[in-house]
Amino acid sequence: MTAGVAGLWVVDLREVALGLGDDCLVLSHRLAEWTTHAPELEEEMALANLALDLLGQARSLLTLAGEADGRDEDHLAYWRDDRDFHNLLLVEQPNGDFAVTMTRQLLFSTFQELLYRGMAAGTEPRLAAIAAKGVMEARYHVEHARLWVQRLGGGTEESHRRMCRALDLLWPYTRELFEPTESWSRAADQGAVPPLSSLEEPWRHSIESLLADSDLEIPGFPAWQSGGRLGRHSEHLGHLLAEMQHLHRSHPNASW
Amino acid sequence: MARRLAAEVPDPELPFLTLGDLGILRRVEVNLEGAVRVVLTPTYSGCPAVHHMADEVRRTLMAAGFPVVQVDTELSPAWSTDRLGPHAREKLEAMDIAPPPPVDRAPVALTLKCPHCGSLRTGELSHFGATACKSLWRCHECGEPFEHFKALR
Repeated sequence: MTAGVAGLWVVDLREVALGLGDDCLVLSHRLAEWTTHAPELEEEMALANLALDLLGQARSLLTLAGEADGRDEDHLAYWRDDRDFHNLLLVEQPNGDFAVTMTRQLLFSTFQELLYRGMAAGTEPRLAAIAAKGVMEARYHVEHARLWVQRLGGGTEESHRRMCRALDLLWPYTRELFEPTESWSRAADQGAVPPLSSLEEPWRHSIESLLADSDLEIPGFPAWQSGGRLGRHSEHLGHLLAEMQHLHRSHPNASW
Repeated sequence: MARRLAAEVPDPELPFLTLGDLGILRRVEVNLEGAVRVVLTPTYSGCPAVHHMADEVRRTLMAAGFPVVQVDTELSPAWSTDRLGPHAREKLEAMDIAPPPPVDRAPVALTLKCPHCGSLRTGELSHFGATACKSLWRCHECGEPFEHFKALR
């Protein structure tokens, strides 16, 4: 193994950047699927804006991840199969209805904002720079998702029912957010990233207080699912990648 | 001269503002052979205009006779609306876009002045507008929608 900046192994930096970059890329693609289908024009723009921020973060993170073995962002995005993606299971879950999309955003963006805040103060300068930029964007994403969750949860009987369903559906994927890989633990020991256990309390508090204000609660007895960080995905990721990658693979190096 | 020329390149999405006004231009270095290195910083991670800006800077400087022009981007320290130059707020207002609150004020404005009629009875329609840096507002007095160059800190 090669030691990089700040005592961090290159292989660990690569793993960490790849996982976070894949979270951004996959969720960005999911949000982009709403384009031309959003419930209103303002929301159409909002979802596209969120997708664009995440795509930008994905580009920076994947560029960093690929430096170690000379693969660029496009190579990482288009030429890996699902088993080589390291994103959380949460972000690959299908859009479902608007309640599912906004719940997924709330759960992920709240996590991402906390994570970026810790990483921005970390010892690895390139990860810190990406996080310092991303945290400002994540804050807007959290705010947007919170407004919608509150409106839907405390809205009509139907919107409330759908919010409960969305929480039941997605909550089982939230434990994985706080399960560190070996690379993550070593990077946290070096102070490059925050220990995931330190994010769980503030994350739960933030979500719980919002749900309490929105006539909603955390579902009981979830059947926990994890494995995304290790390349074990739900069936949904393969379909997403097929759509995202087919043009590039059918016409390698095409430009227009 | 290289710095002045680079600073005067217009933003592709807000063409009445320059890269200098926006604080996107970070550094310009010229070596003894006349080769120029320009460093830009993006407003948002995914700002699609960065490539266009880099091309424009390169084109402008090469047209002015600089033989080699390299444009790099740098994320750190992260851009924020506090980097807007002194004239940027006036220029935004002149184009009916409500500027972000000044540096010493709270980052999120409770209300904005309508750039059309000056009323303070306005409300946000959407956090997210036609470009990453803007949000969408409406005036309750004159009924007109308007854009806000939103604070990012």
